[in-house]
Amino acid sequence: MPQQSVREAIRDAMSEEMRADKRVFLIGEEVADYQGAYKCSQGMVQEFGDKRVIDTPIAELGFTGIAVGAGMAGLRPIVEYMTWNFALLATDHILNSAAKTLYMSGGKVGCPIVFRGLNGVAAHVAAQHSQDFANWYMNIPGLKVVAPSNAADAKGLLKAAIRDDAPVVVLEHEVLYGHMGEVPEGDYITPIGKAHVAKQGTDVSIFAYSMMTVKALAAAEELAKQGISAEVVDLRSLRPLDVDAIKASVQKTHRAVVLEETWAAAGVGAEIIATISDHAWDELDAPVLRLSQLPVPLPYAANLETKCVPQVEDIVREVAALVGGQR
Amino acid sequence: MPTASTAAAMKTASVPPQKTAKASAPISATFTKAELQHWHKTMLEMRRFEEKAAALYQQKAIQGFCHLYIGQEAVAAGLKAISHAGDDFITSYRCHALALVCGLSMLEVMGELTGRVVGISKGKGGSMHMFEPSKGFWGGHGIVAAQVPLGAGISFARKYEAEVLNQPNTRVCFTLIGDGAMNAGQVFETFNMAALWKLPTVFVIENNQYGMGTSVPRAAAGELYKRGECFGIPGEKVDGMDFLAVAEAAKRAADWCRAGKGPYLLEMDTYRYRGHSMSDPAKYRTRDDVENVREGRDPIARLQRLLMEQHGVVESYFEEVDEAVKAVVNECAEAALAAPQPSEAELWTDVYPHA
Repeated sequence: MPQQSVREAIRDAMSEEMRADKRVFLIGEEVADYQGAYKCSQGMVQEFGDKRVIDTPIAELGFTGIAVGAGMAGLRPIVEYMTWNFALLATDHILNSAAKTLYMSGGKVGCPIVFRGLNGVAAHVAAQHSQDFANWYMNIPGLKVVAPSNAADAKGLLKAAIRDDAPVVVLEHEVLYGHMGEVPEGDYITPIGKAHVAKQGTDVSIFAYSMMTVKALAAAEELAKQGISAEVVDLRSLRPLDVDAIKASVQKTHRAVVLEETWAAAGVGAEIIATISDHAWDELDAPVLRLSQLPVPLPYAANLETKCVPQVEDIVREVAALVGGQR
Repeated sequence: MPTASTAAAMKTASVPPQKTAKASAPISATFTKAELQHWHKTMLEMRRFEEKAAALYQQKAIQGFCHLYIGQEAVAAGLKAISHAGDDFITSYRCHALALVCGLSMLEVMGELTGRVVGISKGKGGSMHMFEPSKGFWGGHGIVAAQVPLGAGISFARKYEAEVLNQPNTRVCFTLIGDGAMNAGQVFETFNMAALWKLPTVFVIENNQYGMGTSVPRAAAGELYKRGECFGIPGEKVDGMDFLAVAEAAKRAADWCRAGKGPYLLEMDTYRYRGHSMSDPAKYRTRDDVENVREGRDPIARLQRLLMEQHGVVESYFEEVDEAVKAVVNECAEAALAAPQPSEAELWTDVYPHA
């Protein structure tokens, strides 16, 4: 399979779907002439023209509302946020207009739309530009939420999101944009709602998404050297959550660890732990461990930033302690 | 040919389009006697319908929010009267009358108000959330000002259909905005993009003088109809209590949009007789304030006078129409109350679209 960066995979996903369906268009800040603030739309305005790759002013609430209105009226917008931090300004239209109107209209007005952009802890940009919003959006009925960890899924999940008739939040990761990975040739999608066992194991299940899956896989390699067989479950989809996959993995390993870049309180980990409690309580040999960002705004200084977020060595140490019965 | 009354209406609506972007000369919207009778009856239906809704609210058959349009009927009627088939409409939570004028049945609206399965949203939306896209009615939006970019987005889709999808059209989206919403940031964001992208949106400010309990001068600096000026959007102030004035101005605005010149802004000078919602005793104004408007400017009485004076329609005609409308409204209310509430299965439908 050919190797591609995540950002190239994202561009190809959008371009392929725009070739297949003229109702699909891309709108956001710097997506056209600038080729994307993170170059995720490189070459797209040249191929599709400025009627379908549309630069907006810096007005997240307004352009999100316009895109949602266009989606209600029959188009299939892809809205790019320069970062999900800036989408805070647009949450009213994401939640109240896009996610709820199908229900409030008794099924008469839906909105097939993709909201995408980078999410999570970026590098050295401090608290306002570094936050994982996964738990915010996975809380909302009416939305679907995906968070890919590699190029193949970045493409497959985005293509699935564009074809989905529901509003889909796609949480990308700045650090991953340059990551290379194998991408299947030809047309394919990664189904929304299906987790993926990224590495088989027998001693402990590590549940992760986005960048944390990459760290989990690195940690699993280290743990193997210590004789610990860790299974890494890449959740990929946070709403709907693949409850069956979570249950199956816990049934196999009887220990669970959840990784998240967001804060622990009311976080993704809290939801996974509740899911395990509901569906696999009897299978557990140890309490579920969760590793999250420390409960402070993310600092700028490199040493503090590193300390704030679970790193590979933290994961190795804590998982080994859990498996060794020291927790 | 403009009627004498139309000419008079034009005088009251004489604030000219802004100099920064001069609109084309007014194009007369003229109506036959039968058409005027139709629009008179339509406005009366809105009013009697909402008076019934107010009564049902007092009986607790309608609960929660219920924002009445009484007094503002000429705006919805005037816009619809000059619209073309295929035009789109979107508004705020004060949406019952626009829903009716777009062609929703009284039962579909009353059914929604009373939370019944016969409601247009199967009882899941309530007073503020009614939609029927097949009739060009896009809601019914509960968050103040949210409908403004949504309306521009509908226009964006129409322009995209023409330019990218090879579906030529001259559809405009009438986007209604309360005076209170005019101070929300997303309105300015939307005006900017609508002007940049030349979206065919008629932004219609319904200035009913109060955003909830705050009078317009206390909330808005400057004139509302000038708020598009810095974006090059022409703006006009119109007597929103005069059906003919509304229709005239709306036709001028819609023609501007259909010609591909971008958005247009109309400020309808109107008045709501009732409180902001049913729970508002409206203590921020006197009873006389309301009575003066009702006696001097009422849109329904005004059209009735015009029909009597210029078309020779006799008093008894109006009494008969009113009786007939009241009977239909009462029947509709009875039918709504007799209809079942939504089944519990409806709790789980429409969260996500069918696969």
